[in-house]
Amino acid sequence: MSLKNVRVKIDELKTNIAFIKNLQLSIGRVMEETWEEPVGPTPFPSVTSLREWDMKLLQRYKPYYLPFCELCCLCTFGKCDLSDGKRGACGIDIATQQSRIVLLACCIGAATHVAHARHLIEHLIEKFGRSHPIDVGGMNVELEAPITRLVCGIRPKTLGDLEEVLDYLETQITHLLSATHTGQEGNNLDFESKVFHAGMIDHVGLEIADIAQVAAYGFPKADPEAPLVDLGFGVIDINKPVIMCVGHNVVPTVGIIDYLKSNGLEGQVEVCGLCCTAHDTTRYYPKAKIVGPISWQIRFIRSGVPDLIVLDEQCIRTDALNEAQRIKAPVIVTSDKNCMGLPDRTGDPPDAIVEDLIAGKVPGVLILDPELVGEVAIKTVVKIAPLRKKFKTLPDTSDVVAGAKTCRKCDNCRRACPQDLDIPEAMEAAANGDLSLLADLYEFCIGCTRCEHVCPIGLPIHSYIVRGGEKHLKSEVFKVRSGRGAIQDTEIRNVGSPIVLGEIPGVLAVVGCANYAKGGKEVAEICTEFANRRFIVVTSGCAAMSTGMYKNGEGKSPYETFTGSFEAGCILNVGSCVSNSHIAGAAIKIASIFAKRTLRANYEEIADYILNRVGAVGLAWGAMSQKAASIASGFWRLGVPVIVGPHGAKYRRMLMGRKDRKEDWYVYDARTGERVYVGPTPEHLFYAAETKEEAMVMIAKLCMRPNDTTKGRAIKLTHYIDLHKRMYGTLPNDVHLFVRTKADIPITMKDEIIKILEERGWKETRIPDPTLLPRLIRRRKE
Amino acid sequence: MSLIAEPWQRAEVPGTRKAMVINKPEVVVAMIKRAKRSILVVGHQVVETELNDGGKAIDRIIELAKAAGIPVVATAHIIKEFLSRGFKPASWMSAMEIGSRLQDVEWDGLDGKGAYDLALFVGIPYYMEWVMLTGLKNFAQNLKTISLDRFYQPHANWSFPNLPIPKWDEQLKLIINLLKEERREEGAT
Repeated sequence: MSLKNVRVKIDELKTNIAFIKNLQLSIGRVMEETWEEPVGPTPFPSVTSLREWDMKLLQRYKPYYLPFCELCCLCTFGKCDLSDGKRGACGIDIATQQSRIVLLACCIGAATHVAHARHLIEHLIEKFGRSHPIDVGGMNVELEAPITRLVCGIRPKTLGDLEEVLDYLETQITHLLSATHTGQEGNNLDFESKVFHAGMIDHVGLEIADIAQVAAYGFPKADPEAPLVDLGFGVIDINKPVIMCVGHNVVPTVGIIDYLKSNGLEGQVEVCGLCCTAHDTTRYYPKAKIVGPISWQIRFIRSGVPDLIVLDEQCIRTDALNEAQRIKAPVIVTSDKNCMGLPDRTGDPPDAIVEDLIAGKVPGVLILDPELVGEVAIKTVVKIAPLRKKFKTLPDTSDVVAGAKTCRKCDNCRRACPQDLDIPEAMEAAANGDLSLLADLYEFCIGCTRCEHVCPIGLPIHSYIVRGGEKHLKSEVFKVRSGRGAIQDTEIRNVGSPIVLGEIPGVLAVVGCANYAKGGKEVAEICTEFANRRFIVVTSGCAAMSTGMYKNGEGKSPYETFTGSFEAGCILNVGSCVSNSHIAGAAIKIASIFAKRTLRANYEEIADYILNRVGAVGLAWGAMSQKAASIASGFWRLGVPVIVGPHGAKYRRMLMGRKDRKEDWYVYDARTGERVYVGPTPEHLFYAAETKEEAMVMIAKLCMRPNDTTKGRAIKLTHYIDLHKRMYGTLPNDVHLFVRTKADIPITMKDEIIKILEERGWKETRIPDPTLLPRLIRRRKE
Repeated sequence: MSLIAEPWQRAEVPGTRKAMVINKPEVVVAMIKRAKRSILVVGHQVVETELNDGGKAIDRIIELAKAAGIPVVATAHIIKEFLSRGFKPASWMSAMEIGSRLQDVEWDGLDGKGAYDLALFVGIPYYMEWVMLTGLKNFAQNLKTISLDRFYQPHANWSFPNLPIPKWDEQLKLIINLLKEERREEGAT
């Protein structure tokens, strides 16, 4: 552990050799000396410490701007029109403004994760003590915090050690956020560098939050056999009182579980959740159930099944209280981030709070003490469930038909729908008693209810869709493996070599929110396809749930079909949003454990290693939030490309390589110092795909790395070409760019590819020991 | 169905300069004729959109591309659909890739013969095409853009208003006929 802000003051000191008066010595930080690994060049990096690395990435992966808004309304100079080359009153141009907004989004995302981490760690320290050890995998995980070690250069051993990391993260976010003020940063690429910094800070925040809760709450510890837990609307036992927990910070839900256990009430109350709180609840208590991703919130509330709703933080419907009131379910809000205008009852006796909730004197309460939440929640739900009798707001079929008959066919619903769902057509059919078209919309509906808010006659259109899809909804009975947490060091040792040499064709991380353009089933299909192709497939967050909400011909979910070990052909769930850190951590561990690169505070070298050697790709197919943006940006700085779905284009800038510019694709050969052309590998750093098919081909392509051996490249090309042929009906038109020597060509495709190489005037090149960092060249060629 | 020139998605409020509405197919024909180098970017929704004659929008777009003699870039995975119809696009690349290439004023085009001065778009998801067109509007000011979709795209230079499929198809057919006429006249002279 390091010491920070050491100050020594000597008023007067007389020795044989000197007389010292008023000496003040201030040391910013003292690094731990018992750790043999030397401190790298960038411990606790500042906003500009890694700017040079960022610019190398941005030179190759240039921002492609897609202005979602041409105006700026952030200060009272505005609104300013930035279109057609105009600058705003502060002097900013539209490119810089786009990058500025991306930074703002990433600061929001990083701040959200770091504030979550702060709350969680402070609570855990209070409960378990500052010296509680950080154990995330016993003997299987010696490298407990790869991101923190890499970024900060410290090795946290106890919960208390994480406080210093939090201080650092909060300082950096403050600096970054300040850069978005009017009249600060004026260069788009410098904004982008700060975006990368925000992402890196975010990743550290994710990691310390998750390792703290894994260590303190006893979540699965890097366990490939983490329990299979129930997932889906249909798994909820509606004969019991049901508590619905939503959000990301599991602390209050732990209070509920603890109260259940300590009062012998297990099995009498159904505790279920949505979004990442649900993941973490099952990591703590595998008998808890997951209803589904974020987009299931409204449909679940309106079903009337939840008798009590407990909200913590992040990605919660801000109208959840209104919706809860409609089904007569009380609400407990538990986070200072989200008080919902409710009275703070933290200091009141539990029975008084329960009485007020049951009597309906208040629609909900704010309780900031998780143990009190547990007691109030359980006592309330047990009493209120018989009174509510699952009061629901979903209309009967006859109500849907009657309502549909009053539809004015104004099209407003469709024009407000982010998915452009043909609601008017479905309403017309419903008016004739046919709800099948409404049922067809169910899978594609993201549950935003924008359709309802624009309906001129106030039809509850989302409820109609849910009623239409009722059969589907009730048949949602699946299994998902509870979040396993970290990847074991031993697993990394086993797969490090085949990943780096390219023999495992890639690591695919399927993460993020549920804003899917065409339903969550696509996510499950993508995961299954790549697991069958012997990729390593890891999931997290809402995407992990969507992956589980699918069954094969034998009625099994993907998590029941594929192994949960980090190996070729797996589908494993690391856990909630904060568990994404284990995915980045696995890439870092490959560099550290397998390649034995110095990890400690050595960010640039490790990122260079990952970019050039570790064939990992992130897929955030339904990315929606600012948190998703900051998570993605952490991966970019680390050299891991990220693909988003079509809605992701609204993040307003991509980071795209240009395969037609040969000069962009040279690396140094670390053995000789020569510059070697390696082709567009990986071609892009951030990219929105229009369709699932396009994404699948791009995943395979973005797994190629300059370091691939000929055998590895041949395997990767096989997948790229095979998927391309299947999805696109033809050979890729850029295959020649990925063949370095004829030994790279998949043996079964030799004839057709050699023909293309000849047509394209292809020339053989060689496989270097690739790096973008001149300082890593071992022997310069003079 | 609304015929006024409002963005199809209600909240997609554009900036201060909005696309002119194509109220006569002659506008599109004149733009194509005037352009030195045109390109037609076709997204996957042309495969999903069914026309009243039982065909798909992709069939009409192929007709249009042939009549106009414009190179086609197929985005997403729909090169397969073009090839299965016996039509070979000039190239295929993702929407993001062709969008970023077109933003680059130094890009020499698919054939290396120079920058395009007119890009027509159809079939890319509304919100995706919306931001691509904003990008081109702001970063490729020498490029004129036309949205051939049936929904108003305010960031193009020219766009249809929001149209129901039959009316939209009617407009496309008129454009095709006019282009064919132009070709016949050119052939005659």
